[in-house]
Parts: sequence; C-alpha cells; structure tokens
Amino acid sequence: MSVSEIFDSMDYGPAPESAGDALAWLVDQGSRFGHFIDGAFTDPRDDFESRNPANDEVLATLTKGTAADVDAAVAAACKAQPRWEKLGGHGRAKVLYALARGIQKHSRLFAVLETLDNGKPIRESRDIDVPLVARHFYYHAGMAQLMEEELPGRAPLGVCGQVIPWNFPLLMLAWKVAPALAMGNTVVLKPAEYTSITALCFADLCAQAGVPRGVVNIVTGHGDTGALITEHDGIDKVAFTGSTEVGRIIRRATAGQGKALTLELGGKSPYIVFEDADLDSAVEGLVDAIWFNQGQVCCAGSRLLVQEGVADDFYSRLKRRMDGLRVGDPLDKCIDVGAIVDPVQLQTIRDMVDGNTEGETYVAACDMPEGCFYPPTLITGLSPAAPLMQDEIFGPVLCATTFRTPYEAVQVANNTRYGLAASVWSENINTALDIAPRLAAGVVWVNGTNMFDAAAPFGGVRESGFGREGGWEGLMAYTRDAAKPKTRAQVAPHKAGKAGGDGIDRTAKMYVGGKQARPDGGYSRRVWSKQGKMLGEVGLANRKDVRNAVEAAHKASGWAKSTGHLRAQILYYVAENLSARADEFAHRIDGLTGKRGGKAEVEASISTLFSAAAWADKFSGEARDVPIRGLALALREPTGVIGVLCEDAAPLLGLVAPMAGAIAMGSTCVLAASDPFPLAATDFYQVLDTSDVPGGVVNILTGAHGDMAGTLADHLDVDAVWSFSDPGLAKRIEEGAAGNLKRTWIDPRPVGDIPVRAYLEAATDVKTVWVPYGA
Amino acid sequence: MQTTTSETSTLPQTVEVRNPGMALDLDWVMRATANRSAIERRAATLGGRRSIKKDYQAAWLARAISCIDLTTLAGDDTPGRVRRLCAKARQPVRADILEALGLTGLTTGAVCVYHDMIGTAVEALEGSGIPVAAVSTGFPAGLSPFHLRVAEIEESVKAGASEIDIVISRRHVLMGNWQALYDEMQAFRAACGPAHVKAILATGELGTLRNVARASLVCMMAGADFIKTSTGKESVNATLPVSLTMIRAIREFHDGTGHRVGYKPAGGISKAKDALLYLALMKDELGNRWLRPDLFRFGASSLLGDIERQLEHHVTGAYSANHRHAIG
Repeated sequence: MSVSEIFDSMDYGPAPESAGDALAWLVDQGSRFGHFIDGAFTDPRDDFESRNPANDEVLATLTKGTAADVDAAVAAACKAQPRWEKLGGHGRAKVLYALARGIQKHSRLFAVLETLDNGKPIRESRDIDVPLVARHFYYHAGMAQLMEEELPGRAPLGVCGQVIPWNFPLLMLAWKVAPALAMGNTVVLKPAEYTSITALCFADLCAQAGVPRGVVNIVTGHGDTGALITEHDGIDKVAFTGSTEVGRIIRRATAGQGKALTLELGGKSPYIVFEDADLDSAVEGLVDAIWFNQGQVCCAGSRLLVQEGVADDFYSRLKRRMDGLRVGDPLDKCIDVGAIVDPVQLQTIRDMVDGNTEGETYVAACDMPEGCFYPPTLITGLSPAAPLMQDEIFGPVLCATTFRTPYEAVQVANNTRYGLAASVWSENINTALDIAPRLAAGVVWVNGTNMFDAAAPFGGVRESGFGREGGWEGLMAYTRDAAKPKTRAQVAPHKAGKAGGDGIDRTAKMYVGGKQARPDGGYSRRVWSKQGKMLGEVGLANRKDVRNAVEAAHKASGWAKSTGHLRAQILYYVAENLSARADEFAHRIDGLTGKRGGKAEVEASISTLFSAAAWADKFSGEARDVPIRGLALALREPTGVIGVLCEDAAPLLGLVAPMAGAIAMGSTCVLAASDPFPLAATDFYQVLDTSDVPGGVVNILTGAHGDMAGTLADHLDVDAVWSFSDPGLAKRIEEGAAGNLKRTWIDPRPVGDIPVRAYLEAATDVKTVWVPYGA
Repeated sequence: MQTTTSETSTLPQTVEVRNPGMALDLDWVMRATANRSAIERRAATLGGRRSIKKDYQAAWLARAISCIDLTTLAGDDTPGRVRRLCAKARQPVRADILEALGLTGLTTGAVCVYHDMIGTAVEALEGSGIPVAAVSTGFPAGLSPFHLRVAEIEESVKAGASEIDIVISRRHVLMGNWQALYDEMQAFRAACGPAHVKAILATGELGTLRNVARASLVCMMAGADFIKTSTGKESVNATLPVSLTMIRAIREFHDGTGHRVGYKPAGGISKAKDALLYLALMKDELGNRWLRPDLFRFGASSLLGDIERQLEHHVTGAYSANHRHAIG
C-alpha cells in the first residue's frame, strides 16, 4: 500500500520486533542445549525440540533429564549449599543484585527469546514479564541483605527442587529462584518442556553474574524429569507451579518424605462487575484479565459475573472491544493476542469449547492468522454447573453469567474448587471492600486485574494450592527454624489393670458443636493409670463422629468474622477458668501420665492461652509497598476448619496450644485428643462451656489417631490437618490431603517447643488485596 | 448514521450530520463514572500496544497534519503573523516532501485565532477550503458577562469564522450545576448558527475525571459539535487519561443518540509520537470514522514542526533539522 492509500485506510501496518539478536544467540549456543549443572552446560543430546508456536520453526534441540542427570544436579546443589549459605546475606545480596542488573542489561534478548519460545506478544514479555523478573531479583537481593537482621533464627531449607510452567517461563523461574537463593538455598529447576530457552539463557547469565557453581542447576525435560526431581531423596523442598492435577500427583508422591512443599496451581478466577462500576474500564480490565498471555494465566479472570441490570450493556461493550483486539505474530509490536503455546494446548481449548452445549458463544470479529492461534471468545448465559464455568480452560475464552446482589455475587464467585484470584469492579468503596474479604481467593484486585509485584504475596486457597510467593511470606517457604528440632517422645497407653472405680460411673463423652456427644459407633475404651487403676472410659470416634465434628466446625464459621478483640477476650476467659481449676487439671494430668509434670503443664497451657489471646488482635495484615498508586494489603485470613491430631504425651497442653493458635485467628477446629491420655481433654470441654466459646468453634474427639487421621485428611471440607501425633501418620495424612489440597503441618517437636506464632502462621492464609485508587 | 456532503461548508471533506442535541438527561449524566487508576493504566499501556512504523507512520503523520487546528492565540498576534500562519496551513510541509509521499495538496484542518484576527485569516485562506476557527466566549477564563460572550460568538461568525471554540463555565461543573452548564452550552450553540461549535471543557480545572465525563455528556446533550480538552492556558492540558474519558463519553453518546461528536485534544501535544498515540487511541476506542478532520482535531502549535522533521527523515533516511522547514 502506498502512503496515500494508507492515508485513507488508516490501517495499522506491520511493526515487527527483530528476532535477529535472539536467533543469533541461539546459533552461538549451537542451537542445542544440555543441562546446566554445577556451573557448566552438559553435553547436549537431541532428545526433543523447542518450537516457536507462531510459525512452528524449531528454535533449538534440548536434552531430556534422566535419573543420572537429576542425580548429578542434586549432588551439585547439595555440595554447593553450605558454602552458599555461609557466604552470608550481604554476599548473596551482591550476587542477586548482579542477576537483577544482568536481566536488565539483556532485557531485550530475554524478551525476544521468551516471545519466540512461548508465543506471547512481545509487548508482554518486554513490558511485563522481564521487568517483573528484574524487580523480583532486586527485591530479593534486599531480602538476602536483611535476612540476618530481620529473620533471626531462620535458616535455609537446603536444596530446592522447582518445577515451573510454560506460561511465564522466565517470570516463574524468578519467583522460584530469587527467594530460594536469597535465603541461602540452592536449586535444581526444571522449566516446562515447551519453554526452556529463557531458563537456559538465565543459566548463561548466572555464570556471568558470579553465581557460584552448583547454586543454580537447570535440568530440562518433561513431566517424568520433573517427577525425578520432586521425588529425589536429596531434595529438601519442592516448589511447583502448574496444573492442579499435577500438583495433586506431587502431593501424593512426596507424602511422608518430610519435604517442604508449596504448590501454585490452577484457577477459575471470578471477575465481578457491579452495576456502579466504570463499565468501560471494567471491559478494558478484561483485556488484561483473560486476553493477557492468550488467557494462559493461572489467575486469569476467566469467570465473568455481571450484575444483571447492566449485563446486556456490558456484553455489548465487551464484544465491541473484543472485535478491536489484534491477534497475530507475537513479535509484532502492534499485537494484543499472540500464539497459543503449543498445538496440543490449542486442541485442548478447542475440545473444551466445542464440547460446550450451553449459552451463547461470541467469537471476536478480528482477523485471525493461520496457525496456532485461538480467537478471543465470550460465552454468556452459562449456568454455574456448566463445565466451562467450573473447569480451567487456560485459553482466551471468557465465560459469563449474572448475579443480582452482592451476596449472590459472592455465592457464585465462591462456587468453585479453586481459589486463586478475583477481581471486583465497583465505584463504591463500601461494596468493594465488603466483597474483597468474602471471596475465596489468595489475591483480590479491586478495580483492576493481574497486578503483580515482588512485595505482594501471591498464591491460592482451596485447590489452587498453598504457600505464597513474594513478600516476607514468600520467604517462609524457603526457610526453617534454625534450631535443630527436639523430637518428641512417643508414649503408649498404660497397661490395663482391674476394672471398677469409685462412686458413680462417669463416661467422658466427646464434644461436638458445643454439646456432649456419644460416639456414633457405640464403642468405648477404658483409660488406665500407670498403676493399673481405671481412670475412666472414653468413646471411640469413628468416621461419622469426624464428619459430625467437621460439620459443626463449619456451622461455627461466623467465628471468622468476630473481632480479634472478642476472640482475645474469650481466650483470656478460657485461661481464667482453667486457672480456677488448675489443681484439678494438674492432678488429672499426673494421673494420666504417671508423672509429676501436671502443674507445669497447666501453667504452660494458661500461658499459651494468654499468648494466643495477646496475638488475636495483633497478628494482623499490613500494607505492602508496591509500585502503584494504591494499597496492596496483605491480610491474614483464617484457614477455615483445621483438624488436629494432638500430642499424645501432653494431655492438656497438646490440646490447648493448637486449639488456641487455631481459634485465635478465627479458624475453627476438630481436635483429636491425646490418644493414650484423653481424659484431660474431656474435662476441658467443661472449661470451654463456661468460657463463652461458641459451640462448634472447638470440637473434641477421642479415640485412635490412626483411625481419625485418614478421615480428616481425606475430608474434602477440611482446610488443614495438623499432626503432632505419631510420625508414622504423616504419609497417610499428606496423601489424603491431595484430595482437596488441604494444608498440612506435620511437626516432630513437642508442642511446648513450638512458638505460638507458628500456630498462627499455620492457621491463616495471606490474602493480598490490591486497591488502586485515584480521584 | 448516514453522512452527507455539506452544502454550506467549503470543506472538501465529508462531514457528519450535526449533532442536534437532546434534552438534558440527568440520570444519564449522573450514571457516568470514570475510574482514574484504570483509565491511567489503559492510557499508560497504549503506547506499548500500538506501534506504527515506516510508510504507515508517514501516512499517519500526514493524517495528523490534516487534523491540526494550526493555532496562534497570543497577545502579540498581528495580521502579519496570522498571514504567515495561514500560509503554513496551506503548505504545512515542504512541497518536495509531500510530493515524495504522494500527498501533494495536504493542508491542516483549520487555523485557529482570536476574534480580531478572523478577517485576516479568512482573507489569507481564501480558496484553500481551510476553515477559520475562533476562540470565543471570553476565552480562556470565560468569565465575561454572559450576553457579551454570546455576542462575541455572533460577531465572530459574522466575521467569517466557521468554527467557534467556546469555553464553558467551570464553576457550573465544580458546583454540580449541570442544568446551568446545559443552558449555557445550548445558548452558545444557538449563537453559532451554521458555524460548528467546539466546547472547551478546560479539563485541567475540573478536578476529577468523573467531572470530565459528566461535563462531556452535558455539552453533547446541549448540541456541541466537538468537545475539546483545554484552552492551552491551563497548567494541565490534554492528557491521554482525559482523552480516554472524553472519547468514551463520545462513544456512549453515539450509542445512545446515533450522533457522532468530534474530539479535539489541545495543548501539550508537541511530538509526532504523541500524535500517533492519540490517533491510535481514537482508532481503537472510536473507530476509523473518527480519524477525519470533521470528527478529530489537534489543537497544537508546535506539533507540526516535529512531524515535518519526521516526514523528511522518512523520505531521506537522514534525521532532519528545524531550519530546513518553513516556520509558521
């Protein structure tokens, strides 16, 4: 077209970013890559190809990580770890700073490689991915610098096995590598098989930036290579970002191995538009929500919920905007939507959309190039039960429905197994700030979407996984208590003696929903003193008792909305009433254990209740310094219903400490009392009854931990299971937890050694609420 | 909406049926919102999303020239100065460059002057088809007696201005007195008669983007042919977020009434790159129809110089210099 013709047509022309330098870099590397192990690339094998999805050209051939490769990488990481840790915070900060600078200096190379390999528009890799990568390394250089001062008593975990997805290859690498390295860990990382190239370019940068050999190891390959890493004996911590399906496999495979684990999984994030929203801005927000990275974003706003009265208006504005999207060559600087990462993924999207029979489908009227592309698509009028409203599509497909009231918006939004992110659009601060805390999501954006920053924790609830990346919280996933833990002793019940007691028969019942409950199975067990005297009888909880207790704990969920002040008062009151009966409890404990520690244990319990009460109105969230005009609030939200297998050896403290920690922050709990010494727990519910603890907030079961552990772990409506009981139960608990990806906490220490703060951390999830503002 | 070739105007281009206005719909006005942070994000990412290169860039820059209201609004304007500006409007770019681009005959969209300079400008532009626009109604503050402001419009139209850039009373917006704003605008529109009226909102003085959105709607309801950001005399003039707010209001008005209202960002647009960004914003938010001078104008004085240098660079491949282009 001539200039004068364009003067009339006013079309956008091609505006290609040059791939020359990036392709030249690939050629310099021989277009073949081995792994990066112990500071050097291994000999490459031509095991598989990495292709540019936009034109199907082969970019390089890659090596598939074998067991021997993974062994070598883990060995190198193990060997390097002690020296890297000893280098100290400042020493590591300098290396991370050099990485941040290196990313910036080679920013265009990284951006173009990312776009070539992944198919995302160059605008995104250039303006979003790579700057966030640099920011992440800068931020964590600071964390390394501050570690000794601000995280006293924390130590690195050791070797981290990290498996990352293909949607943000370099950014996910940064999210994994930067905090791990900052805290003194070494890593073995596997990039996704579709998108390994920027990780290999990063490996090259590590060598230049002075990262000591063995500190960063990159092994390429497919899922089976990932499994070799996550299941490897030499790995202390596993971090995975990817699908919920694979997350579940990893949870099961690593169960009982004692590895720390964080999972950042899928989502079906709601995008809620109220009638008073700036509708045009909300439409534009959707471009960043579901057409960002072709919708291949775990936290994509893929479920649109519009208030019914404005739905038609909103849909018509949205369709017009969709028609204006430009789909095409990802390297073109004038493109909104690039290529789908791989034909396999394209087929998955097609199958899901073609399989839908409900609602109305609108396909954007934009020019579609040939090849691995999928048009922006809107499906309206879906019922909540429709598979497309429930399942993650991971493509540029938006599914929409309507709601009538704020209450209904929350109800529809939370009607999902996932809980990664959510957006709320309203010009009314009352509406927005009321809705944000009620959404089951780890991240909530008010009048915005897909905002990320190194200072703001990111991660999910429910089946979107657990653990946070970014901020101080992210560091918890890469450190442990520096003190070598004392392992608690296991105790067995005393031998049976002669039956018969004094006076009237007294059978301790269980405590469910604020009421005493007989065991469903109708079985009881006798409890004996060391001397063989019968102390009483307790019911044996079965599956149904666990079910009833969990149900009662859910019914008491209003506890989460009570104020910290109220929860503190009640905890103090429990302490006060326990104190009034201190002698009786001390006597009971001594009778059960056959030891003389009862008085001290009662005192420790009272002190723990005071600590939990003290924290209840202080363990709050805080505002994070993110580079926007607005607030990013890292709020502590109660985890939900927590099942606890209490410590056997401490009949009272073993019950009171986790209970106090759980309920202080608004969670409710189902406590399996000390298996051999349950009678202090059954005495204790009388204290609860007299202390204004609402029914259902605390539920106490007695019986065999081995029976209850599996039921609690498998229960799909339990949010966390903590075990301070038989270490042999860990595997069963962690395997069962895979069902709904509940949080698990298996701690070998005697509860007396566990700081109250640790319970509070475990009893809360951080929700980051982004509130950009502007008059 | 059908378009017709104007019979009264001497403009060579197709023009839109004029917006007749409508009754003030306060429900609609009060529904208008504008979320500043979201609008700023959209504005900030636009440049990264839209890139126009090579021949396309040259064509788009030429298009920008065709939409410029070449302006002089200084106390020391003289007939000589205005005649020089008019000559520049007739030949905005060196003839050899236009010839190389195949765009011989390109002119600016209009020339914009104060009332006293209308006669000079009309004379200087005779036969060119370039309209003369006059700022009016006590420009820039708009605080002279109301009847004089109306009379000023009438005088300017009589003197030959075919476009009148009026300033609204900012206090009506700041005090939420939408009826007063509507009445004022309606009176100005009536006084313009056949001349097209551009409503200057002075957005830098309206405090919030929501006020900008609401004032835009009210002025369109009262019959504005164009809405315009600024006088160029406020401390903040045209910005992308303000523009996005106003053109979304234009879109909404078009959806609601079927009438297309034009948009004129003014003040602070001095770089060719900025001009491309504004054109991309218009194209993406409103469509190609709004890329013609009957619906889009730049109020600018120094923009043209930068575009001229870019165009010479496009033709020769070498970076250009100011002194190689005629001053206006």
